[in-house]
Amino acid sequence: MPDARINIPAEVPRGKPFEVRLLIRHPMETGYRHDDTGKQIPRNVVATLTCRYNGEVVFAARMSPGIAANPYLRFFVTARESGELAFDWVDDRGVRGNERATVNVV
Amino acid sequence: MLRVLAVVLACCAGGATAQERVLPLSELRSGVTFAGSNVRAMQADDLANAGMLWVERGEKLWNAAAESSGKSCTSCHGEAQKSMRGVAASYPKFDANAGAVLDIEARINDCRTRRQQASALARESEDLLALTAFVAYQSRGAHLAVSIDGPARAAFERGREFYFTRHGQMNIACTQCHDQNWGKRLLAETISQGHPTAFPAYRLEWQSLGSLQRRLRACLFGIRAEMPPPGAPELTELELYVAWRAQGLPIEAPGVRR
Repeated sequence: MPDARINIPAEVPRGKPFEVRLLIRHPMETGYRHDDTGKQIPRNVVATLTCRYNGEVVFAARMSPGIAANPYLRFFVTARESGELAFDWVDDRGVRGNERATVNVV
Repeated sequence: MLRVLAVVLACCAGGATAQERVLPLSELRSGVTFAGSNVRAMQADDLANAGMLWVERGEKLWNAAAESSGKSCTSCHGEAQKSMRGVAASYPKFDANAGAVLDIEARINDCRTRRQQASALARESEDLLALTAFVAYQSRGAHLAVSIDGPARAAFERGREFYFTRHGQMNIACTQCHDQNWGKRLLAETISQGHPTAFPAYRLEWQSLGSLQRRLRACLFGIRAEMPPPGAPELTELELYVAWRAQGLPIEAPGVRR
């Protein structure tokens, strides 16, 4: 399964905000559930997510168990030049994920 | 009066009993029309629809060769976008080789074991859900049209009987909710007509994609009835009946449901 799906416009006008949409595959285990044997399932959510544009942090999130599985994020970024959007995240178990998208400024 | 006459006539027709529809085709409504605006918006947007994660994974699996035989789905079927277009609309379908009606999941496993010499995938496993979602996705917009003639007839009749039989501690039949009381409220939910067009569907309650059989089992759990195990013939037969019942509705897989 892909770790994430990213959606950005194919072409972005210079200096104008554009929409970034991101869907991450993650169970977002709350820590409040129990398995069939009654054992508590440890909390495991995407703890932090960072989005960098050409190395500069443009969006960051700290998530909590209140967020549903497979979190869906939507935010706006302004680009002055073409470059790469880089997403990095880490969950409570320390598992890291990353995804990249190329932004084409016109 | 006219309606009574029509029913009498239909009964006299004898062999045509299977064609009797409780809900006329013109009144059929997809489950998504009973959902709230946020669920409808999620289904309408392929990026917000988490079911698409499984579709993407299914595409990879479709092209992946089985270790045992070196064959992938592509080896026989080629590009799914062409070869699988509209296929899901005819499932569940009678398979002469298996001598039984198979749903898409069973058909995929049949292909895996017989053609790819690979192991069958467990029901509700991520891989089987992904392949099913990918195959069903190719039929998006295609209108459900299953065959209930010939060898599929017996299974269809059993599925229909299951649908109209009262089950469980609550002593409720499928028809009582989905034919007689659809559109009314059951606690916080609006009862749908019970059409399978969205499946495999991303259900928010599950926080995951799930098969139609899982949904049927959830209904049986809700009325405190015994649940046939995943893959049981009773469930496949019921799948066939509900697919026939929804004839003409477009496939939405992977849909989104509460």
